[in-house]
Parts: sequence; C-alpha cells; structure tokens
Amino acid sequence: MEAILKVGYFPGCSQTGTAREYDISLRKVVENLGASFDEVKDWSCCGATSAHVTNHKLASALAMRNVMLAEQQGLDDMVAPCAACYNRLVSSQYEMKKHPEVKQEVESVLETKFQKDIKVMNLIELFMKIGLEKITENRKEELKSLNVACYYGCLLVRPAEITKFDDAEQPTSMEKLVELTGAKTVDWNSKVECCGAAHSIARRDIVVELSKKIIDDAKRHGANVMVVACPMCHTNLDMRQTIMKRVFPEYKEFPVLYLTELLGLALGMDEKELGIDLHTVKFNYNELAAEKATV
Amino acid sequence: MKIGVFICHCGENIGRTVDCPRVAKACEWLPGVEVSIDYKYMCSDPGQNMIKKEIIDKKLDAIVVGSCSPHMHEKTFRKAAVAAGINPFLVEITNLREHCSWVHDDIEAATEKAIEMVRMSVEKVKRDQPLTTIEVPVTKRTLVIGGGIAGIQAALDVANAGYEVVLVEKEPSIGGHMSQLSETFPTLDCSQCILTPRMVEVYQHPKIKLMTFSEVEKVDGFIGNFTVTIRNKARHIDEDKCTGCGLCITKCPIRKKAYNSFEENLAHRPAVYVPFPQAVPNIPVIDETVCTHYKNGKCGICVTVCGREAINFDQQDKLVTEEVGAIIMATGYKLYNIDKKPDDSIYKGYGEYGYGKYKDVVDGLQFERIASASGPTEGEFKRPSDGKEPKKIVFIQCVGSRDESKGFSYCSKICCMYTAKHAMLYKHKVHDGEAYVFYMDIRSGGKMYDEFVRRAIEEDGVKYIRGRVSKITEEDGKYIVKGEDTLAGMPITIEADMVVLATAMIAQPDASTLAQTVGIPYDKHGFFNEAHPKLRPIESTTGGVFLAGACQSPKDIPESVAMASAAAAKAMVLFGSDKLEREPVVAKVSADLCAGCFLCKKVCPYGAVEVREVKTRDGVVIKEIAYVNEGLCQGCGTCTASCPSKSVELAGFNNEEIFAQIAAL
Repeated sequence: MEAILKVGYFPGCSQTGTAREYDISLRKVVENLGASFDEVKDWSCCGATSAHVTNHKLASALAMRNVMLAEQQGLDDMVAPCAACYNRLVSSQYEMKKHPEVKQEVESVLETKFQKDIKVMNLIELFMKIGLEKITENRKEELKSLNVACYYGCLLVRPAEITKFDDAEQPTSMEKLVELTGAKTVDWNSKVECCGAAHSIARRDIVVELSKKIIDDAKRHGANVMVVACPMCHTNLDMRQTIMKRVFPEYKEFPVLYLTELLGLALGMDEKELGIDLHTVKFNYNELAAEKATV
Repeated sequence: MKIGVFICHCGENIGRTVDCPRVAKACEWLPGVEVSIDYKYMCSDPGQNMIKKEIIDKKLDAIVVGSCSPHMHEKTFRKAAVAAGINPFLVEITNLREHCSWVHDDIEAATEKAIEMVRMSVEKVKRDQPLTTIEVPVTKRTLVIGGGIAGIQAALDVANAGYEVVLVEKEPSIGGHMSQLSETFPTLDCSQCILTPRMVEVYQHPKIKLMTFSEVEKVDGFIGNFTVTIRNKARHIDEDKCTGCGLCITKCPIRKKAYNSFEENLAHRPAVYVPFPQAVPNIPVIDETVCTHYKNGKCGICVTVCGREAINFDQQDKLVTEEVGAIIMATGYKLYNIDKKPDDSIYKGYGEYGYGKYKDVVDGLQFERIASASGPTEGEFKRPSDGKEPKKIVFIQCVGSRDESKGFSYCSKICCMYTAKHAMLYKHKVHDGEAYVFYMDIRSGGKMYDEFVRRAIEEDGVKYIRGRVSKITEEDGKYIVKGEDTLAGMPITIEADMVVLATAMIAQPDASTLAQTVGIPYDKHGFFNEAHPKLRPIESTTGGVFLAGACQSPKDIPESVAMASAAAAKAMVLFGSDKLEREPVVAKVSADLCAGCFLCKKVCPYGAVEVREVKTRDGVVIKEIAYVNEGLCQGCGTCTASCPSKSVELAGFNNEEIFAQIAAL
C-alpha cells in the first residue's frame, strides 16, 4: 500500500473563525485524496496586514516564528491555505534570503538558527504536490453545470519574483485544477483584481464597490459561480453581497465557493458536509443544475 | 639598461585612489630604473614631451608607463617612444586605472598594489625584445551584413567610391524595417518613396554583389584579409531564369497557411512569395514548411505556370566564399513582441496588456502596416478584429523600454517620435477620431523633432497623458484601458477601440551568435559594442569591423544613415594604403626544438599553424614541424601554453618575460 503523504499545515486565524468552512472542506478533501495533515503546533498569527504596515521586523519575526515551529517539528513543507498567510510566509523567507541582516535580526528575536529551507505552499501548490491525477481518480461527480470564474486575488500569485508561481497577470493554474472536476471555466478580466481586502471593516464602501465590479465581471463573462482561495476575498465577495443587495435593488446574488468546496463536491461530498451552508449566499449544486436544465 | 617609469594621474581617475607621487618615488629605487616621475595627464602633449625629453636626456633604453588600459593609450606612448628613438615594443603599459584605481577604494592598499604592478612591468621590460611591425596586404573589398537602410547606405557609399561590396541580407529582399514604414518623422514623407530608389540602385550597381536570402556562416582572417563563408539559402527558384513575373505567386493554391511577416502577421501569404511587391530582387522564395510539394510531392502548379522553367524544388543551399578587407555590421533590430515569454526567459512580458491575446492591441510595426498605403488595409484605419474604423485609439509608450522589471533598462529612443507620428497619421485620416498617448517623458531631441511632437499635440489635438497603463481588458469589443494620469494625480479609464503598444527595440535574436562568428564584442542586450563610446563609435574593437545603425543601439533613420556613411568612410580609410601594419605579437616555432606533435595546430582557434617539412640539402624529408602563419596568428598564446617542449614562443610575451613578471611579485 502506498504510504500516506503527510503535509505540514498552517491554518492561520481565519480558518478557525470566519473561514471555518474553508478549514473543514480542506481537511476533508485532503483526507479524501489520501493525504494527511501534520498541523504546526502552537502556530500563531502570520503578521498579515497589521504587522507589515507597522513594523517590518515584527512582520518578519511573526511569520518566521511559524516557519521555525515547522522546522522544529521536522516538516519539510507546509501549506498555508490563506493567500495572505502564504504571502507573508514566503515574503519573509524571501527577505531573509535576500538580506542577511534581516535574517540575523529575526534569528536573534526568535532565538533560533534556521537550518532548513521549508517550502511554503499555497492551496494550488498543495494539490499539485498531492497529484492532480488523484482528483480525477477519486472524482464521483462531474460538475458539468458549473461555469466557474477562478479568482486569484492580489496575493496568490504576487509579487511574481517572490511567489515564483504561475503568471502574475494572466494566471491559469486554478483553471487547470477546476477543470478536473468536470466544470467549465470562463476567461474573464478580474482574476487578479483587488477585492478591497482589509478595508472590509473600516471602508466597506470601497470593498463593496471593488467586489461588486469583480462579481459583475464574472457574471458578464457567463460564470454561474466563483471560486476563491483566500478567506479575506471570500468575506468580501460573499458576505458583502448583503450590502450590494441593499444598495443596488436589482442586484442578483452570486455564489462564491472556496476551491476546496468545489473539489469536495466533485469528490462526492455534500454541501452541508463541506460547510457551504455557512456562506451568506446559498449554493446547492443540484438545485443549480436543475435550474440550468430548465432554462 | 636604463629604464624610465612614468606614472599618470589620469586627472583624478587614478590619482583619487592611488597616491601617484608615492608610486613614482618608490619606483625610483627599483633596479634598472634611471628616472621615475608622475604627471597629471601623461597622454597630453606636455606629458608625451616629458617622456621624449627624459628618454633623450637620460639615454633611456626602455620605458614603463603606469596609466589607463593599453587599449586606450598604448599606441600614444609607443609613438612618443619611437619619436625619441626607442623601439615601440620596449614600452610596457601598467594598467593602473582599470586594474587598480577604478576597482579599489582603499588609498593605502591601492597605492601598494600600484607599486607592485609597476615593479612587474619593470622586470618584464628589461627582457623585452625589440620587434618590428609586420606588413600585410589589404583586400579592397567590403562585406556589408544586413540590407536595411544602414546596410544599403554603407554599400552604396563604398561602391560609389569605386570599391567592391558584397551585401548579404538574410531575408529574400533588401529594404529592412524601413520598407515596412508608412510615413517617416518629422517630415511625413513616404518611407517607400525615399527607400525603393536606393534599393534599385544597390541592385543595379556594378560594384555591388547582392546576396539576399543569405547568411554569414564563418569569418576567418583579420583586418584587411577576411575570408567569409556565406550560406546562400535555397529559394527553390533559379535566380538566373526567373523574370519576377509573379505568375507562380498568383496561382499558388496555398493562401492561408503562412502569415506574412512583412505585414507583421496581419495578413497571409502564399507558399511561394516575395515579401512585398517592391522587393529587390523581385525573385520569389518557396517556403518549404507550407508548400504542398514538400509534404506529399503533389501540386506543382507553379512548375506548370512558369514559362521560364525557373522552379527547382531540388535546389540546395550554396556555400560561397568571399575575400574582403573590411566588414560593416548593419543587422538592425527587432521589436520586443508582446507575446508571453517562455518560463526561462529573463524578460517577463506584459500580461496586463494581454500577452497578445487581444487582436486590436498591436505593436508599433503592426500599426505602421495598418497606416501604410501598401498595407493589408491599404492605408485605411481598420482594426484587425472586425475591420471597423477605430474611433478611439490609445497609444502606450515605453512598453519594455525603461522597465527593468519586465523588459529592458534602456530607452528605445524612437518611440516618442513614432508614436506622435502614428497619432498624427490617424488624426489626419479619421477626423472625428480620438488619440490618447500614455507617456513617461517625451524624449524628442533632434532637428525639428520637438516641433513635430508639439504639432501632434497642438494642431492635431492628440491627448497626451503622463502616466502608465496598469491594465487592458476587453469588454464587448471595447478595450478598457486603465491607467494613471500622474499630472492630475487621478486614475483614468479609457474605452478604446484599439491600443498601440510602442514596444522596445531589441537586438536581433541571433545577434550574439553572429557577433561570435565575426569576433566582435556585444553588450548584455545583444547590441554590438563600439570601441569607444565617444571617440570610436563606429568601430568595433576588432580591427576592420565597423558598426552601422540599430545593431549598435536603438536608432532612427537619419542616425542609422549617418552611421552607415561613417562606417563606409572608415572602410575606405583602410583601403587608402596598399599595406597594413600589424603588431608583431605572433607566435614563432623553434625549428630545432619542435618535435612535430602538432598539439598547437589542434588548439589554434585561428587555423594559423601549418605543417612544414624539414629537408636535407638533397631534398630528403627529415621531419615535419609546426609553422605559424604570421598573417593569421592573433597572438592569443594558446599554442605556447600547450606546447610540451616549449618550442613555441609568443613575441613580446615569451616565457622569460612572463616568468620575470611573476617572480617580481
């Protein structure tokens, strides 16, 4: 029997709160594909947004603390499903490599010496590591009724010289993954546009405007669902639709799923199991398929 | 032996980091040194006179000059020595600038190093042998590589002076990029109208041998005596029989399989084609990759219709050898295309502009074809996707230029001018059209150039926006151009019907390979290097090889033409005398010591080592030994390093001299 692939897991704070369903669906999908997680013990905040606009040293040290823990735990790689966590972790690693003085400082703060070069993966890289063929092999349902707009947001593929992953302006890796579920993908314009990110609390007006533009663009290009790989983006694109509806009376709700939820559906799990019912905009594949068939 | 040491400050270039008076003082005490002095500018007239005076007064036998690179002033100091009666090869240059002061900042350490360096040279000069220069004949013919406007101009100038020219062009026709242009700035005169007469002149000139569809494959020899091997690619059409009637082209059934590169892929061409109707020579080429005959042996319609039996499917490439004395490089440029770059490329390309996926986002040369009366739209402004007249065009400058993160650090120089021209041509034909130009800076230096840009803005109403475009997207046949107006400090969105990207001018993709074939240096971008950026901009560092046009750096037409005429003049300077003097730094084989292993023959990169027989008086061959042809030897010293019996010595750099130098350290 094939050895079970063990992958390090850095959940990040969203996975335990607003993006609980992301965590649920991710764990289920990974397990279903025959891999297992080794969660980084005692993980802490990656330093996203607040830290790196306040203090570079703090931002790098916070992120690197988690890398340190992973190293101490004997991991070679770990996945950070949140795009912002992923970005903070790889950016801090990059900073350390590029500037020896940063490395020295971070090491002295953390009272450690980094020995290994731990590979931090984003969600798509995780599935590439597990093996794309596993998805096809374990697929139970072809999601033929879906026209998916794959949304990468700002952080998954940028900055290009740091993430060294896919194309910064015209990425296609998520499409390849989504197409394995039997769903169709649409070619659209807002794949890497900003959703408003952390302005979600203080400047909801900005977030609503930007996120609505993204959703409108997806609709215009024939999508009936959007797929994301970032809890922050999901909050803005899903939850803020309540405001969009209030401000624009003719606004029509548009489902936004985590990539893991879409994969879960293809692997035969149901919406409740995957936590899709926790979303603001409701989504049920069979209902959508039936509706599409009648049109 | 009396030796003089002269230390130059090179203004502050050396003097800033090397304590020159101290170096001179320290060298006074070296054995054999009669006099040691320093001076601010040793290469200047008073400096040279000082050297001459010291040689005569102190009866010096040899001198050491601590100055800049020998590339720069070795000749100057040798001349001064000769004037004072010393053999020029008893002059040693110590490179205190490039090898010492420019690369260090610690004055103390640099000064110590400078003293060491001079001491090495003193030891070498003691052992230097007086040498006499070698005279070589000059072949008074010129090879011009590239048949664009620069190559055409250079060829005509040299030929009109009465010297023979071989003009090699890799495309089926001469004319280059200039033949693709619609009108030219700043006068808006028609490009073809001023170019085609020149092309015909080249074709008809008795002194010019035109070789189109040909590429230089090998260059041997040296200044005045190059042997060049040229591959004349098979056109599959007999050039002597073809009259250029064009019947094969009109009858060819393959119409849509190949893109027309002259039209910048905006149109198709048949399998048998001439690049454009005014091509010189007007002889078609059969494209093997799409022609049906090469697929299955069928078709052959062109054979049937050709009344001259000129079609020859079996024609092979020909290798032609030419003897020339000078080479003019005029290989021109390419435009940075907007397609996605391969993963291993150091250039990123412009994903935000769609990597070429939007049909109506075109580059500068494509727009030239659209604007050209002979282009695919016959000069009417129609966009490639649906043939509709664009009512709003956005021009984006500096795509790839001045952008180290995604393209090239340099300014492509011509884009400010041609973008103004494009916008102007468009406004002249589409009166109700709107033209926007996104720019970083307007660089329009040149006679009547800035006036031209002002005219576009003030008279033709082209709207200039200072800022970059961050994204282009397509929505319902419109292109949404999002950018920033940095003067207003506002983001700006324009719904355009068409977008023109002024992409960077880059070196030809095979420029570096050609440079290696010819043996000239090139920069990191693939542009050929001039010998000196200010004082020798036309010459390469290889004797007898000259540069013309955009192969050296981005250039517009007048600059390319001026440079071509200058290169022609440089070639003619070479032809002004019957013999050339060469440095005697060549290898020499000792007939007594050589055992005839011919290892030197194997390693010589210039093919200068020959086999010679040693015979008795009766004509009996005793042994075979190596012999170095002085004309071909470049003095690289590879043979001396490889010889197991130390029987090859390089004049001016023999073992004794080099070892003395090392021992002095």
